[in-house]
Amino acid sequence: MKIKQVSVFLENKKGRLLEVCSLLGKSNINIRALSIAETEGFGVLRIIVDKPEAAVNVLRSSQLVSNLTEVIAVEVEDKPGGLARILDVLEHNDINIEYMYGFIEKFSENALMVFRFDDLEKAAGILKANSIKILTQAELGTACN
Amino acid sequence: MIFNEKFETMPLADLKNVQGERLRDLAKYVYNNCPAYKTKFDQSDVRLADIKCIEDIKQLPFTTKEDLRNSYPFGLFSMPTSQVQEIHASRTTGNLTVVGYSKEDIKLWSEVMARSLCCAGAVPGDMIQIAYGYGLFTGGLGAHYGALELGLTIIPTSSGQTKRQLKLMQDFKPRILACTPSYAMYMAEEAREIGLDTRQSTWQIGVFGAEPWGEQMRNQIEKTWDILATDIYGLSEIIGPGVSQECVHKDGLHMFSDVFFPEIIDPVTGNEVEPGQCGELVITTLTKRAIPLIRYRTRDIVSINYDPCRCGRTSPRISKIKGRTDDMIVVRGINVFPTQIETVLLGIEGIEPHYQLIVDRQAGQMDDLEVLVEVEERIFSDEIKQLRVMEEKIHKEIESILGVSAKIRLVEPKTIARSEGKAKRVIDKRSL
Repeated sequence: MKIKQVSVFLENKKGRLLEVCSLLGKSNINIRALSIAETEGFGVLRIIVDKPEAAVNVLRSSQLVSNLTEVIAVEVEDKPGGLARILDVLEHNDINIEYMYGFIEKFSENALMVFRFDDLEKAAGILKANSIKILTQAELGTACN
Repeated sequence: MIFNEKFETMPLADLKNVQGERLRDLAKYVYNNCPAYKTKFDQSDVRLADIKCIEDIKQLPFTTKEDLRNSYPFGLFSMPTSQVQEIHASRTTGNLTVVGYSKEDIKLWSEVMARSLCCAGAVPGDMIQIAYGYGLFTGGLGAHYGALELGLTIIPTSSGQTKRQLKLMQDFKPRILACTPSYAMYMAEEAREIGLDTRQSTWQIGVFGAEPWGEQMRNQIEKTWDILATDIYGLSEIIGPGVSQECVHKDGLHMFSDVFFPEIIDPVTGNEVEPGQCGELVITTLTKRAIPLIRYRTRDIVSINYDPCRCGRTSPRISKIKGRTDDMIVVRGINVFPTQIETVLLGIEGIEPHYQLIVDRQAGQMDDLEVLVEVEERIFSDEIKQLRVMEEKIHKEIESILGVSAKIRLVEPKTIARSEGKAKRVIDKRSL
């Protein structure tokens, strides 16, 4: 139900994103989804990869600060109003979204969105109760291969 | 136990009288016996008749490390070398700094080191392992003289030969260990290698000094060796170890001010700072004979506390060394020591972080202070919000402690240049 997101601290400097991506590439780790949040001085890169633990190890051994956070990947109907329906459910149940972003590619007819909630368990329960499909790490893994 | 009840618990008013009398004699003594001081006094228009009480010390000129180096080897001695019993030297950078001890000075050294060991909790009959180096360095012999004076049983191992140190500890069972804090840490590593349980050591009290060390290192040493780790401060120019020492309360180092008179000054203006404020420690050796020093600028940054201690001693207490004046920068007219920033960060994160100060000034503008802090996993969050909160917290703490507003910049690990394992703490880009 929950999946692991890798977060990386990056300074706003030329070539930092390239370095992280090449590091992961060389270690045969595939990036499935990505988002960057930034401020004036630094940014946080958040990625969903096929091998999150391995990714953190690779990054740490290159002296990058990174950690694993639990997030939820949700299937969103690929049609007008698809995302709105999910946000509506969350809104009505008073669930706060810390941030969200989309997957790079689709696994099925539906689009995929990553959500970070402050109360992940509660959010997951409500999404399930409203028949919204949540992907497992395993599903993501097989979908990648 | 207090080694010298009379002087260590003397009411402050009486102490002032003693200090005043001793200063009066000292000023005459150096003026008449040390040509370098005579010149110095004359140049500063010092009139010996005006030196009556301890407050008059402000009329006397400072003595600096440069003065010592320029007078290499014996130029600041107040006594011919034929009457000097022992010579020690220390080397930091450049020339050696040379000091000498008359017969009375060795007695003084024995006395203040005995006071120090007692202050740490040693009692006559205890066995002490002295793992400070014996030789030109003052650490080994200073501790040795004090231990003799107090009546301890001495194992003079000196430093090094760690396996033997550990074996002798196990076989002889000393209760006290005297060495540098870093050597105490190093011995723990070696102990683990040979499968020795450090917590089973016979050492109960450590007298650690000769280098600056923080509370974090103290906790580590105390946990590792199951020992009371006390801090001892000294410098060869003043006497060596025995200038000040922590008691069991570990709440400041007792300064033996009847013989080593402390002043805390603003290193830029030379004016005295308020008690509790950080400044440069200046010491006058009130009773030394071979090479007494007047208002010696130690370059060590400390604060001082004149409140009597729970242990019964009235001697003022100095804080652990908070930095060196060489590292000080003046930002918008305020003295900033890099170690103050370290204290702030330590308080927030509970870890010793890597940081760097960058000072800059645009033409016609005020100074800009930027503090770079390397992000560690402990403070990292996937949420920008949390990182901003951290930045703001550091900003506020620095402002409240230093009185200077700084821009905080979180940077990636290892981005702050390190040389020989030490990070460069300050970059001053101003062209002043």
